[in-house]
Amino acid sequence: MTDQTIGHVNDHDDSHADHGPPKGLMRWVLTTNHKDIGSMYMWFSFAMFLLGGAMAMVIRAELFQPGLQLVQPEFFNQMTTMHGLIMVFGAVMPAFVGLANWMIPMMIGAPDMALPRMNNWSFWILPFAFALLVSTLFMEGGGPNFGWTFYAPLSTDYAPPSTTFFIFAVHMMGVSSIMGAINVIATILNLRAPGMTLMKMPLFVWTWLITAYLLIAVMPVLAGVVTMMLMDIHFGTAFFNAGGGGDPVLFQHVFWFFGHPEVYIMILPAFGVVSQIIPAFSRKPLFGYTSMVYAVASIAFLSFIVWAHHMFTVGIPLVGEVFFMYATMLIAVPTGVKVFNWVATMFRGALTFETPMLFAVAFVVLFTIGGFSGLMLSIAPADFQYHDTYFVVAHFHYVLVPGAIFAIFAGVYYWLPKWTGHMYDAGLSKVHFWMSFIGMNLTFFPMHFVGLAGMPRRIPDYALQFADFNMIASIGGFMFGVTQLLFLFIVIKCVKGGPKAEAKPWEGAHGLEWMVPSPAPYHTFTTPPDVK
Amino acid sequence: MATEHQAGGDGTYYVPAQSKWPIVASIGLFLTMVGAGLMMNNMSAGGQSATGHYVFFAGALVMAYMLFGWFGDVVRESRAGLYSPQMDRSFRWGMGWFIFSEVMFFAAFFGALFFVRYYAVPWLGGEGEKGSSNMLWPGFEAAWPLMTNPDSETFPGPEKLVDPWTLPLINTILLVTSSFTCTKAHHALVADNRKSTQTWLAITLVLGAVFLVVQGYEYYHAYNDLGLTLNSGIYGSTFFMLTGFHGAHVTLGAIMLLVMFIRINKGHFTSKNHFGFEAAAWYWHFVDVVWIGLFLFVYVL
Ligand SMILES: [Cu+2]
Repeated sequence: MTDQTIGHVNDHDDSHADHGPPKGLMRWVLTTNHKDIGSMYMWFSFAMFLLGGAMAMVIRAELFQPGLQLVQPEFFNQMTTMHGLIMVFGAVMPAFVGLANWMIPMMIGAPDMALPRMNNWSFWILPFAFALLVSTLFMEGGGPNFGWTFYAPLSTDYAPPSTTFFIFAVHMMGVSSIMGAINVIATILNLRAPGMTLMKMPLFVWTWLITAYLLIAVMPVLAGVVTMMLMDIHFGTAFFNAGGGGDPVLFQHVFWFFGHPEVYIMILPAFGVVSQIIPAFSRKPLFGYTSMVYAVASIAFLSFIVWAHHMFTVGIPLVGEVFFMYATMLIAVPTGVKVFNWVATMFRGALTFETPMLFAVAFVVLFTIGGFSGLMLSIAPADFQYHDTYFVVAHFHYVLVPGAIFAIFAGVYYWLPKWTGHMYDAGLSKVHFWMSFIGMNLTFFPMHFVGLAGMPRRIPDYALQFADFNMIASIGGFMFGVTQLLFLFIVIKCVKGGPKAEAKPWEGAHGLEWMVPSPAPYHTFTTPPDVK
Repeated sequence: MATEHQAGGDGTYYVPAQSKWPIVASIGLFLTMVGAGLMMNNMSAGGQSATGHYVFFAGALVMAYMLFGWFGDVVRESRAGLYSPQMDRSFRWGMGWFIFSEVMFFAAFFGALFFVRYYAVPWLGGEGEKGSSNMLWPGFEAAWPLMTNPDSETFPGPEKLVDPWTLPLINTILLVTSSFTCTKAHHALVADNRKSTQTWLAITLVLGAVFLVVQGYEYYHAYNDLGLTLNSGIYGSTFFMLTGFHGAHVTLGAIMLLVMFIRINKGHFTSKNHFGFEAAAWYWHFVDVVWIGLFLFVYVL
């Protein structure tokens, strides 16, 4: 492929030809450009990250000391609930959709996403959905207070009236995710440049293909479960009411049939990002590409048959406990393959530790810790002890914060030169890394100990013996939180200026995205490149 | 695979210009959802406010405007020859995966039905590994269909059930036949036989409409003669949830087919280029397959 194949535009509507982006606010509202939409997703995600993070700060401030100091227990419950919902649906998922929008078309040599107008709709639903969700905090009776997993009957019989709006907000997020996922699949299956066979695709593209499939399979199930809640609340049905022959446990089955694949929706694209970055800074091709693809596919398959490991203590039959325990443990095999391959990629490589690589290596180490605590939780008899304690909180924060979120940071630093045309401030970005790394470990590592000692989650007060560890966790939390403002500053600084970035700022990087100039032109690959 | 990617002859791909429809659609969706929420909360609180109705109605109007405008744009672009075979494939992938998402939506309700039927209700009746649940309502006896609920004050059970071999059987015949006539219409379209396409499609639409009328009557019958309501416990819950969402999907499919009927009258499709029609037909077959599942698992078994 040569540079002549890129950068010119001649096939669009006349109003649209041979120019960069239109000016003004309406550019963003009306756009059909995957790069614009990708940027909007990233900024939206970051706004939600700060909002959800602010709620986490409230939680950590209340838990700084035992006793009730700052907030009422009712409000504390709303904070834990909203923090979870906003981080999952507002921060992590949209960030990966943003990365997908920006990078997938460039990585496969496509001119844009397959269905560009629908792409814009997928994004613009989100601000409305989250406005609705956040507005519930100001309604009579307060916002959702039943935890992000919204178990019935806490979320039906005993829920505040605002739950109705929570349900409709979830519906809107579902519509957005499903359309986004359909777009990703259609783009990958249909818009690859000639020669870009499936097994030549960058791993980020592969992980997103499988993630999109998971999204389409389980977001409708989430829609189903909130619809049953809605019917129970307003129309007298008995889905989750044993008095009418239903079962609250039914809620958990349906919810976790969505919920478990959902955790892979949040981590598979992270695997993809890390699998791009580690080879680039090891100056070696990814070790075991084919096995990586099969491992991701196996994880996705297994994710559908493990959901009841969240329900070991609710009273499922023994054969269920045993089946879901072993099925869950099985996931460690493909995950282990991936970790092995990342390490093997680095083995005897010419390593350098630019910021994307720092985050990627931290990802491998810390995600593995989260994976191991997951393995502990998968042991059904042990889970009876761990269930609903801070050990669980420690576990899923280890897979989400240094897992999903570190991968997002890594991806942003890796591709920021491509997006903005500037290099970011390398020194500050390393401060961001180390502060985040230390902050998050301070926050979440002690939670393992208090959890094993029996401190329950989602409670605003705790027994005195947990005081020291909680204070450490809170200090780490504030440190991690404040550091993210530095990240905002670094990104803005990089957008505004900085050393000029070359087309390929990382010498070891490979892929079509590095063959277009930096910043990437508004339209790329309007004529498909030839992939050798 | 690679050779299929030569799009539009000159190797280019149509990327639409800016469009206002997505933001209009977002506003419409938002208003509809907020309106529905206000209406439901007002209803459950026994209030008299009509605000929700207005908001919902405004949202529905915006959505209708958007649907006409957005699909209108797509039809215009398609007829102007802006779409390549590759674009056609994008639409096919899009519709196919959309239908898969709908399958999973129904799967959630079917799963709920199987779970209560084979686990939750027998456990409440004292059977099986979690039979200790019977301690909640010691006298309760499990049965399916569940005619007497554990708490029959709050959830008065149904007196009788819909006989599968009357109205539902008629509806099964109607919908299966309509799937068949829909295929006939497609074949006629491929054979460039406009007149025959119109006839078969019209028959399909009539069959779909009669199905909906019969289902409406069945609901009326259930509420007024059988005592089978949303409030009659888990049987009524699953019955109305599954048949109700199915009916909503039949309505949607019928609207799609109606639009195709109008477009055929306008001479829109050719024997080669008619994905709009095919998408509606796929959807219609999907709705038909779901009905077969409903007939078996909700009515007969
Ligand atoms: Cu899980």
